[in-house]
Parts: sequence; C-alpha cells; structure tokens
Amino acid sequence: MFAEIGLLALILAFLTACVQAVLPMIGAERGDRRLMALGSRAAITQFILIAIAFGALTISFIQSDFSVKLVALHSHTDKPLLYKISGVWGNHEGSMLLWVFILSVFGALVPLFGKMLPESLKTRALAVQGLIGAGFLAFILFTSNPFLRLNPALVNGNGLNPLLQDPGLAFHPPFLYLGYVGFSMPFSFSIAALIEGRVDAVWARWLRPWVLLAWSFLTIGITMGSVWAYYELGWGGWWMWDPVENVSFMPWLVGTALLHSILVFGKRHSMASWTILLGIAAFSLSLIGTFVVRSGVLVSVHAFAVDPTRGVFILALLVLATGGGLTLYALKAHTLRGTPRFEALSKEGGLILNNLLLVTATATVFLGTFYPLMIDIFTNDKISVGSSYFDKTFGSVMFILIAFMGIGPLVKWRKDSFANLRVHLLVSLIIIIIVSVLTALIGKSILGGIAMGLAAYLAFSTLVAFGRKIGFGKGGIRRLRAQPAQTYGFLLAHLGIAIFMAGVTAMSVWAKDDAKVLKIGESMQLGGYEFTLASVTSGQRDNYSYSSSMVKVSKKERKVGTLKSEIRQYPNYGRDGMGTTEAGIQVRPMRNLYVGVSKGKDSESFVVRAYVHTMVVWIWVGALMMALAGFVSLLGRPLGRRRKTRGAA
Amino acid sequence: MNISLKALIPLAVFAALCIALAIGLTKDPSELQSMMIDKPFPEFSLPNLHGEGLLGNEVLEGNVTLVNVFGTWCAPCAIEHPVLMKIEQTKAVTLLGVNWMDTRENGRDWLKKHGNPYTYTLSDKHSSLVQALGVAKAPESFLVDKTGRIRYKHTGVITLKAWREVIEPLTQKLEAET
Amino acid sequence: MRALMKTIIVLFALSLSFSLSGLAHGQNMQGNADLESRAREIGKSLRCVVCQNESIEESNASLAADMRVFIRERLAAGDSNEAIIATMQNRYGDYVLLDPPVQANTYILWFGPALLLLGSFAWYLFRAKRKTVAVKNQPLSEEEQKRLDDMLAEGRK
Repeated sequence: MFAEIGLLALILAFLTACVQAVLPMIGAERGDRRLMALGSRAAITQFILIAIAFGALTISFIQSDFSVKLVALHSHTDKPLLYKISGVWGNHEGSMLLWVFILSVFGALVPLFGKMLPESLKTRALAVQGLIGAGFLAFILFTSNPFLRLNPALVNGNGLNPLLQDPGLAFHPPFLYLGYVGFSMPFSFSIAALIEGRVDAVWARWLRPWVLLAWSFLTIGITMGSVWAYYELGWGGWWMWDPVENVSFMPWLVGTALLHSILVFGKRHSMASWTILLGIAAFSLSLIGTFVVRSGVLVSVHAFAVDPTRGVFILALLVLATGGGLTLYALKAHTLRGTPRFEALSKEGGLILNNLLLVTATATVFLGTFYPLMIDIFTNDKISVGSSYFDKTFGSVMFILIAFMGIGPLVKWRKDSFANLRVHLLVSLIIIIIVSVLTALIGKSILGGIAMGLAAYLAFSTLVAFGRKIGFGKGGIRRLRAQPAQTYGFLLAHLGIAIFMAGVTAMSVWAKDDAKVLKIGESMQLGGYEFTLASVTSGQRDNYSYSSSMVKVSKKERKVGTLKSEIRQYPNYGRDGMGTTEAGIQVRPMRNLYVGVSKGKDSESFVVRAYVHTMVVWIWVGALMMALAGFVSLLGRPLGRRRKTRGAA
Repeated sequence: MNISLKALIPLAVFAALCIALAIGLTKDPSELQSMMIDKPFPEFSLPNLHGEGLLGNEVLEGNVTLVNVFGTWCAPCAIEHPVLMKIEQTKAVTLLGVNWMDTRENGRDWLKKHGNPYTYTLSDKHSSLVQALGVAKAPESFLVDKTGRIRYKHTGVITLKAWREVIEPLTQKLEAET
Repeated sequence: MRALMKTIIVLFALSLSFSLSGLAHGQNMQGNADLESRAREIGKSLRCVVCQNESIEESNASLAADMRVFIRERLAAGDSNEAIIATMQNRYGDYVLLDPPVQANTYILWFGPALLLLGSFAWYLFRAKRKTVAVKNQPLSEEEQKRLDDMLAEGRK
C-alpha cells in the first residue's frame, strides 16, 4: 500500500513542479502578484509530496516489503536496520529519489529564508528550481520508478551489496547530494538574476550562505568517501582518481572558485561574469557527474547499474539546463557590470588569479577524465588515464596555486607594492628552506622536503594574515571576539589546506607496503616495525561468515599493538555471494599501521599485506577543517539580516 | 540583440562536450582494441581437453580455423554454442576450442552436455594462451588463415547473422588463398 | 610589475621542475633488483582489463591473478620491466597501461595542463593594469574654461 501512496505522491509532485516552473515565471513577467505567490506555495507543496514518497519507500525497506521490486533487489530480512534504511539510497532509483528530495528541500527553504529578496527574483529562481525538479521527476517516473511492484513477490530479497553495509558509506550519498544538489541554488539564482538583468551585490550577498552550505556538505561527502575507501578497499588507497570520484571533485573545485568570487562581488562589485558563469558551471558539473555515474559512458568502480537509455534522458536534462543557462548568459552578458582593470599586485587581482588557477585545475581533471572517451570518438583508439597522470598534472597546478595562496591574503585590495611584501616573502623563503632541508635530510626525499616546505609556508602565511586582521597585541581577547566569523573561516580553511597538503605529501613519499606469505607465528619487517601473524579463527555473525586474523605489531622489541583483520563472506548477496575485507588498522597522528590477511595456497599459509601509512589522518583532518570553516563562516551572516560591519575587510 | 562573440564561448564549448557525450553513449568504453590482427597466432603448448598429451600450433597448419575461447562459467557462451554446432555442420571451417579457466573435467562435462563442435579442444586453465591473444572476456573468437596468421577477431557471441554476413564470406576468401 | 613577472616565472619554473623530477622519480625505480617488488611495481602500472578501474595488483579477478603469475614468470626468465610492459601493451593495446604513453594521440593530454597554465598567466598579465603613461596635463580650451567658470558661479549662488 505504501508503494502506491509513494507513486501517487511522486506523480502529484511532478505536476506541482510543472506548475512551479511555469506559472510563477509568467507571473513575474506580468507583475501578477497572485501568480508569483504560487511559486512559494508550490515549492513547499513539492517538498511535502516528495517527503511522503521518500517516507513511503523507506517504510517499504524497513518492513522488507519484497513485493516492491526495488526492495527485493537490494534488501534482505537479515540486514541490520541501519542498512535497511541506507539501502533506500544504495541503488539507482532510490538515490535519484533522494536527489529530488534534497532538491525540493532547498526549494522549500527559499520562501523560508528569502523574505528580504525582491519578489520577482525569488519567484523566478523558484521557477527554475521547479523546472529542474520537473525534469528529474519525469526522469524518475519514466525510467527509474522506485515503486514498481514484483508479482509474485519474493520470499526474501537479494540483499544489499556488502560493500555498502557500512556506516561511512551509508551516509556518504546524503552528504554528497546535499552538496551536489545544493549547487542548484546558485544555478537557479544566477538564471533568475540574468533574466531580471539584476546581477548585483545584494544578490551576491544573499546567495553566499547557500554556496557555503553546499560547498561544506560536498567537502564532507567527498571526505567520507575517501575515508571509506581507505578502510574498506583493503590496501589503504584514499583517492584513486576514478572517474566518479573526479566528477564529485570538479564541482568542489568550481564551488571553491565561486565561493571566492561571491566574496569579492559582494564587497567590491566586480567579477560579476565570473560569479554567474561559476554558478552555472558548478551545478552543470553536478549534472555531468549524475550523467557519468549512471550512463556507462566511462569505466568506473562506482558506476550504478549502467543504462544508456537513462543516459540519454539525463543528457537531455543537462543540455536543457546548462545549455539554457549559457544561452541566457550569451544574450545577457552585456548587462553585467564589467570588471574594471585590476592591478597586477592586488587582492582583487589575486582572487582573479585564484579563479584562473582553480578553473585550470578543474580543466585538468576534466581533461584526464574524459580523454579516453574523446580519443575513442575521434580515433577509435583505447587508452587509459590512471592516477599518476593526475598526480603529476593536477599536483603541479595545485603547487602553483598554493604558492600564491600564501601571498594573496596579505595583499591590499586595490593596489599594493612589492616593497610591502618583501619582508614576508623573505621570511617565507627562509621557512621554506629550513623545513625543506630538514625534511629532506630526515626523510631522504627532496620532493617531500620541498612540498613540506610549501605546506609550512602556507600555514605560516595564513597565521600572519590572521594576525594582521586581528592587529597584533592590541586588545587581545576582545579583538578576537570582534572578528567576523568569516575571518575564522579563512583561518580554518587555509590552515586546513596546509595540513591536507602535508598529509598528502607524507603519504605519497613515505608510505610503505609489503606482502609476504606467512604461517602462524611467523613475522615480517616493514618500516622498523615487526608484524607477526598470531592467530586465524573463523565463525559466523549477522548475515556473513568470517575469517578473523590477529597480527601483533612491535617496534624494537616493544609491543605497539594488535591488529585484527577479517575476510567476510556474504552468502545471500547476488548469485554466488560476495566477500569483503576489513583491514586491521591502528590510527595514530603520525602514522597508521594497516594490515590485511588473506588465504594462501594451503590451509596453513596466509598472505599478509602490511602497510605503514605516514600521516594519513592529516589528509582528512585538513579536509574536515575546510568543511568546518564553511560552517563557521555561515555563522557570521544571519540570512536576511544585515550585520553592522566595521568597514571593508 | 547584443551578443558578443566572447560571451558565446562557454556555450560553444558546452555544445561540443554534449555532442561528445552523446556519441559516447553509443560506445563501449571497456572494449579492447584488436591488437592481433595480421599477426601470427601465438605459440602455445597446452593440454588436450580430451585424451592425453599436449597440443601445439600444428593443429592450425593447413586449415582455415575458427578459434573459440569459452568457459563453463560464461553464460553467453552457452547461448553461443548452438550456433557453433550449426557452423560445424556446414564443414566450412575447422573449429578449435580453447577452454578457459576450467578444470579439464568440468570442461569435458560441459561439452558433453552442450555438444562438441571442435576438432580439437585446448585446456587453458591459467590463461596462458588467452593472455597471449589479448582476450579479456568470453566468448571471443579468432579467424586464423592457413599460414597461421590471425585475420579477424569477433568479441562476444557469434550470431547466425554474424556468421552468414561476415565470418563465412571471410572464411571462403581465406580458403581461396594459397 | 617586472618583479611580479619575475616571481611568477620563478614559481612556475620551480613547479615545472617539481613535476618533471616527479616524472624522473617514477622512472628511477627500475634499479631495484628484488624480483617481487619489481613484479608489484609492474602490476601497479597495468590495468585490470576485466575490472572497472583497478590495477592488476589490486584486483581480485582471476585473469588479473593469472597476469600477475605471468609477470613473475617473465621476471624470473630475466626480462626487463620495459620488455614485460611492452608485451602486455602488444597484446592488449594502450588501454592496459595505466600511465598513458606520450605519443601523438596523447600530446593534448600531457601538454594541455601546462598550456592552460601558461594561458592563464598570460591572460592575467595581459588584463592587469599596465603602468599607464602619464597623461600630459593639457590646459583647458577656452570653451571648457568658460564652462568651468559658469559651473563654479552656479555653485556659489
């Protein structure tokens, strides 16, 4: 019964979205207040209806209603409750429902938080949101209906892919979508502002919290994916430059550029074109991501059940949304306030350079991701672009960006001179040299040294910039509390990048791994540690059987810890069941110990893979600091209310 | 209308991208290139699936051969097999089977169940010939001429249509070659 | 301004050398005589052709396992790393190489990012204000002077 309610709710939501897309826009053109008011009402109605549909699907999963085809394909009575629920979005149809649900949440928040917006702008933006919602609801209803019935119903389901039965991965899609779909807001508002011909600082200041929100959630979502890959895939990789990872990273890069543009635009009234184009680009990249994941166009570990016909539909949506947006931009670009000439050495110039470099970085990732497809189309050759390409090219671009990141915040807005910066640059150079040399000597790596030196320089420069904003020494705590939240946001975010970079460098240069065949009681050496295979036992638990190994680790005779790793076999999943590895990990600030044990050639020998992961947690600490920075910056800008500011920063 | 050329650039780039993505939908990104065309069939020495001893490249000499890679674990192979049986009846080409990643017993049982169209069958349990041929998925078939050179590769199931329209005419052409 | 350009050039050169030496660092691993670590290194650079997006070293697939065995056999027979990789490339095509070779059909891939970088800096410097030639102070023409006087007179009223 719930499935039918859900389907009905979806159909009604689709109709509501159509109304929301058309009538308010007409109302805005004509100045008809009643039609315009429909926008807000439709948005809230759409949200309620999709919430009902989502709830209906969730109940079907919780109740293990196997007469619903989706539940039968992806769930099982043995599954723990948490994974019954997360199974709702652990498949193509359910995740699309989650997608439109989050879209409707954002749409419904506009009437709630947008009371001080000009009515016509708000209405037009809601109309665009409605249009996007209508498009995706149509996609769901016509190609990806989650409420299809199965007759006769199965006695029990196929089970959820064991890889997905994991807390990290259960919540990775919701956070990711809050980010992805959150960028629909700058998109809708960019379109609305273009139509109105009113792209101004008020618009930018209103939009900024939404960009921050989407960006912060996306940061968390991507980080969760990375952490999950690290402990689940069995060999400690935290980023594989897999196409699906890349398409979630590109909106993040563009989102970062958008964030900085909106900052400039809100204050200095320049960079209008940048802000509009980046606003359109961020959501377009999200749409391209949705396309890539579900169409089978690129080879990826992440791909959902691939289906070229679904791909066609999403491509059509992409063409309409982005094509429409860019056409509008082409027509209305002349109404946008131009950016006055900027000084080469100025904060304005610096932020423009920042955008250029971030766009270059995005283009690099894009090039590597889509190159195999392009070559295939033009020459029928097949090539692969693996992670080392991205490490080299993207790494180089980021290296340059980080070098400028240290200077940028210290430069004056309008025009600065080298003389002012000379002291800082000199001190920075000294720091870089000291850190580089020390690191290179201790760690025996020149590259590692230089990279660490750069990270130290960024941290130092950020602290100096923060210190200057506070004003060294005068007024102490009072000054700290008087800072707008975004100063702390800046501090956290840029320090976060420095820490992130240190972690990435350490992992690239100093991580160690080895694999040996051992019998119980035997040991292997790695990185100064001794790994001894102590015991291997087997058993049964929940919905899987396991083989559990204990590996004792010691350093210079002193016991460091015991790592437990498991291989699990899930018999209920798929045709022949499926196995997963749970690595044994010891987490420490400066290094993780990581171990995976699998069966060897006979019942007495085992393949033991040991890893020493230097400073790997710094990667995620840095990333989470950036996400935190986004949320902190939100605190200083209550939506709608204007704060008494103490002049331009 | 006041459109500057510069403002059209994003749209133009996007349009090109969409065309590429659309074409991409018609392609299979994991399909491999045919590297072995016109190259001599790799040297092999593999156990005979039936009977004792090893078989080598001599089984290809003098005949136009259709080499078919199959496995008991491969569902499409079972779908393809009746077509191979029909091809065998036409006597137009010699068939050589390569049983991939199976024990000899499983391979023999499977052929007993589905029929055996092959003149000879090799047992390639550890993918040694399969790797040399650049094969990733089963079923995959190669048309080898009388001198032992690979002239054509067919990835996936051979349908009757593919046989009639492509493989059989090519076989006749290769037969005519001295 | 010139100082800025100098800084940019220096930073760019630094990062270029950084990435180039990164390339060199990658090639340099050949010297290691241990067969097993050579095998793992080769394995990490070859794509598992039956998997979605993994190297044969990471993959659980049977064909990947057979390929790993093949690599070790060839290493034991004395083949160099390059020879083994070339063999795989001859059999499976460029697709099996996770690091795309630098050849005609990958020039755009490998040189694109550097070109984009250069383009970005070029655009930036082109668009930035250049030291403007000071406009010579031209005296007002008679007409302009009269208009100015009138305006000032207006203002004083």
